[in-house]
Amino acid sequence: MADKPIKGEKRFFVTGNEVVAWAALAAGVDIMYGYPITPQNEVMHYWTRLAPKYGRKFLQTEDEISAGFTTCGGVFSGARAFTATAGPGNTLMQEPMSMAEMMRIPAVFVITQRGGPSTATVIYSQQEVTLTCFGGNGEGMRVVYSPGSHQELYDYTIKAFNTAWKYRFPTFVLGDGYQAKMRESLIMYDPEERGIQMEPTEMIVGKEGTPGVDREPAHLRNTYNTEEELNVVVNELVDAFWKAAPEIVEHQEFNCEDADIVIVAHGVVTRAAQAAVKELRAQGKKVGHFRPITLRPYPIEAMKTAIAKAKEIILVESAEGQLDKIVKAELYGSQIPITPYFRPGMGITAEEIIEFINKKG
Amino acid sequence: MALAPNMPKAWRAETKPHKFCPGCGHGLILKALGECIDELGIQDRIVFGCDIGCSLLSWDFFNADAIQTHHGRTTPVLTGVKRARPDRICIAYMGDGGGYAIGSQHLVNAASRNEKVTVLLANNCNYGMTGGQMAPTTLPGMKTETSPYGRDVEATGNPTQGPEMVSAITPEGAYVARGTTANLRQLKKMIKKALETQLNGTGFSFVEALSACPTNWRTNAKDTWNFVEKEMTQYFKVGELKVPGEKEGK
Ligand SMILES: Cc1ncc(C[n+]2csc(CCOP(=O)(O)OP(=O)(O)O)c2C)c(N)n1
Ligand code: SF4
Ligand SMILES: [Mg+2]
Repeated sequence: MADKPIKGEKRFFVTGNEVVAWAALAAGVDIMYGYPITPQNEVMHYWTRLAPKYGRKFLQTEDEISAGFTTCGGVFSGARAFTATAGPGNTLMQEPMSMAEMMRIPAVFVITQRGGPSTATVIYSQQEVTLTCFGGNGEGMRVVYSPGSHQELYDYTIKAFNTAWKYRFPTFVLGDGYQAKMRESLIMYDPEERGIQMEPTEMIVGKEGTPGVDREPAHLRNTYNTEEELNVVVNELVDAFWKAAPEIVEHQEFNCEDADIVIVAHGVVTRAAQAAVKELRAQGKKVGHFRPITLRPYPIEAMKTAIAKAKEIILVESAEGQLDKIVKAELYGSQIPITPYFRPGMGITAEEIIEFINKKG
Repeated sequence: MALAPNMPKAWRAETKPHKFCPGCGHGLILKALGECIDELGIQDRIVFGCDIGCSLLSWDFFNADAIQTHHGRTTPVLTGVKRARPDRICIAYMGDGGGYAIGSQHLVNAASRNEKVTVLLANNCNYGMTGGQMAPTTLPGMKTETSPYGRDVEATGNPTQGPEMVSAITPEGAYVARGTTANLRQLKKMIKKALETQLNGTGFSFVEALSACPTNWRTNAKDTWNFVEKEMTQYFKVGELKVPGEKEGK
């Protein structure tokens, strides 16, 4: 059996789904649980081809409810475990995701957004932002990364396992159908050789010794009897989340220092926004771009600094205002006007952004 | 606190007396399970999952690692544990609503995949915890909160035959039985065989136990036992349906 999936650094030209499978292997993932749905399928296809060579496991479940709950089970037993889904599968998986929030289960969920609502398209969208950040009957105590390139898909898939196990919150890699299916070049590496220490996992149940004799039994709750009892637990959750948030938040900014207009966009749309900024700057326009990498928790402090001198935000997303809602809530009290450029379920090019901004004058 | 001498060792004294209603069948099933854990000496290897339903009240019942899951989702959580850690003995404990209604897809698929876990299901002909609604196992004509005029099988179907269904879809090597809290010795034997099946790794193991819910049945002690022994057994035949190494149809 081969030991390390990736030795040293290697250049690849592959699809995003293949990137995720390799990243999970490199991160030392023990087991994947999953149910077929486009555009996520090839994560499982590559995983099932690669995993046995490295002694890793896979279980195809009966649906996404089960995929989510079996993933939680795997994590309880101390495994580095993940699943991947999209669209209606993401909807079904909210139930186990909310259990993961409540019980601080460090499970990793890879989401490849497709068109919605309902079955819609299997192609692309950014319409699962609200669901992924705030789905389930909970408070959104989740970490959500929104990568914008295959390199980032690799980097943040690895990072997701470390964030999950370090802070004990369910962690999401929010990709999309374009990233899932398109080929792009990137460098894969062994995390350790890059100085990235994989956060150790821990058996949450099944530790050594006889419970009640050698150790206390692990009696894991998610049900409470009184309002007061629950309130204490939720407050602890919320406190832990916001305490960790400053260490978790990530963003990128481009030419924001003197920008009159700041384009806010996430995921693959950042690519169009970055290209648009270059072109508009060449035309002499003072345009910048702010890109949240974590959608949850949101890098609001960095964003406030980035837009400090701006006169306007242009919010660009392939959804009818899902990032927009987050931004507006986070910016509460600010007077800066926010102009929407929403294209639910459709890709957005740099040219379209440039034209939109130029037409506005 | 010391356990009374006739209580299983695996029971957790601090959480006794238990929280079930007087006369409830859950406590009896868990007593049988506790004795099996003792006899097999597997207390340090158990991962016990409890469904939402009155089975939830068993979450701190044993000195064993236990996970409260969601209504119907105990089978996949324990399947996930077992797949990642095959050396653990995984027991999913649930009610008939949890196993046969909301979680039926998990039961059916765990059974057909022959997952090496043990599912223990309390059949009390109703949704106990939520106040006595009709369950898949409610008997024809039986009154519940959502079948106040009696279960109409034309409109709502016949009682689910769980072990018969599981037996039909599991391969050789699985263990499937229906026991009753009215015969604890036999029920204990069944649970023990189910756990042995998991220990031997030959297949899925499933035991349904006929169990009383006097609170929602609104029965006194005599009528409660009468219902378990006479009424329920008309639809739910007690016995083993599948035993590893034995011919079927026994
Ligand atoms: C998704 C979901 N739906 C509904 C409920 C409400 N609920 C809690 S317990 C229960 C019924 C339990 O009945 P059963 O599984 O037969 O167990 P019993 O209480 O009879 O032992 C229901 C419907 C829930 N907790 N979760
Ligand atoms: S409601 Fe019924 S099943 Fe629940 S504890 Fe009481 S008697 Fe037992
Ligand atoms: Mg019931």
